[in-house]
Amino acid sequence: MHAKEIILQIAATVIAHKDQLTDLDRAIGDGDHGINMARGFESVTAKLSPLADDTAPAEILKTVGVCLMSTVGGASGPLYGTAFIRLAEVAKNGFSPDNVEIMFDAVIKGIKDRGKAEKGDKTMLDALLPAKEAFAEALRGGSSLYEALHAAALGAQAGSERTKNLLARKGRASYLGERSIGHIDPGAASSALILQTLDKFVASVRG
Amino acid sequence: MKKIINAPADVVSEMLEGMAAVQPRYVKKLLGFNVLIRAQPKKDKVCLVSGGGSGHEPAHGGYVGYGMLDAAVSGAVFTSPTPDQIYEAIKAVDTGHGVLLIVKNYSGDDMNFDMAAELAQADGIKIEKVIVADDVAVANSTWSIGRRGIAGTLFVHKIAGAMAEKGKSLAEVKRVAQKVIANVRSMGMAIEPCAVPEAGKPSFELKDDEMEIGIGIHGEPGTHRAPLQKADEITAALLDKIMDEGIFSEGSRVALLINGLGATPLMEQYIVAKKAASYLKERGIEIVASQVGNYMTSLEMAGFSISLLKLDDELEELLEAPADTPAFTRR
Repeated sequence: MHAKEIILQIAATVIAHKDQLTDLDRAIGDGDHGINMARGFESVTAKLSPLADDTAPAEILKTVGVCLMSTVGGASGPLYGTAFIRLAEVAKNGFSPDNVEIMFDAVIKGIKDRGKAEKGDKTMLDALLPAKEAFAEALRGGSSLYEALHAAALGAQAGSERTKNLLARKGRASYLGERSIGHIDPGAASSALILQTLDKFVASVRG
Repeated sequence: MKKIINAPADVVSEMLEGMAAVQPRYVKKLLGFNVLIRAQPKKDKVCLVSGGGSGHEPAHGGYVGYGMLDAAVSGAVFTSPTPDQIYEAIKAVDTGHGVLLIVKNYSGDDMNFDMAAELAQADGIKIEKVIVADDVAVANSTWSIGRRGIAGTLFVHKIAGAMAEKGKSLAEVKRVAQKVIANVRSMGMAIEPCAVPEAGKPSFELKDDEMEIGIGIHGEPGTHRAPLQKADEITAALLDKIMDEGIFSEGSRVALLINGLGATPLMEQYIVAKKAASYLKERGIEIVASQVGNYMTSLEMAGFSISLLKLDDELEELLEAPADTPAFTRR
C-alpha cells in the first residue's frame, strides 16, 4: 500500500471540493464543512510531504488523525481525527481483505463512540455503513480487495445520495427538523469523496 | 459581502492579537494558540474556561477577567476550537482547584471540549463541564441534539465566575452554573444574514420583506420565515415562546438581556427593550437587572435575541457581584 501517496491524493481531492462541500453545508448547517476540511487536509499535506514515501501506513494514518483533530475543528475534526487514529491501530496488522474489513469496522465504531450517532441520523455514518456492507458483501461473493473497495466506494456514494431523504438527528442540521430533508449531508458527502478517491487510486495503480 | 480584514485565514488570530494589544490590563494571548487568558490571574480559585467558534464577539474573549472567565478559546469562525487549543487553555489557568468548562450545546463543541477534558484529566487536572442550551426555538426532543446554546451563556459566565471568585469549590461553581442553565431561556430572530469571511457569501438569504424567526447564532436557519413585522409584534412573539416554557410567572424576578446579533443598531435594540419591559410588567414579572447591547453576536447578522433568567436570592447576589472584563463590568 502506498499510504502517503493515497492520503496526498485524498487531500488534493478534498481541497478541490472545498466549495462543493461548503455549499452542501450552507443548505442545512453553518456553511463551513468544505473550508474546515480543506484547512485540515492542507495541513495534512504539509505534514506528510517531508516524510519518506515508504513511511509505514500506520504512522501516516496516525499523523493524519492527529493533524485533522488539531486543525479541522467543529464536529468533523474530532470525528475524522478519531477515524484515522483508529485506522492507524488496525493498519499495523496489514492490508489483507479481512483486515481492511476490520478497518471499516474500526472507523465506524470510532465515529459512533465520538459522535454518538446511529444509522439513519443523516451523518457520515450513512455513507460509511453502506460502504462497509458493500465491501463485506463483495468479499463474500469472491471479489478481490480492489473490487471490494470499488463496491465500497459505490456504496458510500449511494448512501450519501440517500441522506437527502433523511431527517437529521445529529449536528446542527438536526435543528432544522423536517427542513433538513431534501439535502445531502455534507459529512456523508465528504466520506463518500474520500472512499471514491481511494477507489480511483487503487484502480489507477492496477492499470 | 465586504469585510474590513487583511486575509480571511488570519481573522481569528489577528482579532485576538488586537484585543491583547489594546487590553493588556485584562487579557493576554497564549503564544501560538488562539487563547486569551487573564493578564492578572488569581491564585487559589476554581478556573472557568469557555470558548467556541469565533464570530460571536465579544464572546468569549471579552468576558475574560475578574469575576468571569479565566480563559477563552477561539475556534475558526463558527467552528469549535480544537482539543489541543482547549487543553492549552486549561493547563495555562489551572491552579490545582479544578476547571469548569462552559460549553454551548453544539455537537462539535461538546466533542472537542470532551477530548480536551480527557487530555487534562490524564494530567491529573480536575475537570467539570456544563452545557448551555437556552434557545427555545429548537425543540428539546430526542430527535435533535437538543437545544442550542446562545446569548444566555453570558449569565453562566457572570454567575459561575462570581462564585469562583468567592473561592468556592468546583462542585459549588458547577452547581450554580447548572442552576443558571436550568433557569435561562432565549430566542432570536434575524432580518439580514451574515457571511463567514472564508466563505465570502451570505450563509442564508432573506427577501427584503422577510424575517427568520428562531435563527441560530451561526446563521443556521430558524424555526420559520415570515413577513417582516413591527418591533413590538416580533418582541412579543419571541417572549410568548419563552413564556411557554412555564418557568416565568407572575411574581418572578428576572434578568433581561436584549442581545444584538451584530448589525442591529442600539436604537432598534432599545425599541425592543421598551416592548420587553412593558410585556413583562403586564404579566407581573419584575426586571431586576438588564443588559442591552451586542453580547453574543453572529458577525454582521442583523437581528436580536432576548434572554430571560429567573433569579433567586443566590443568583441575584452573584449577578450583581463585581466583575471587570473588557466587555462586561459590574461595580
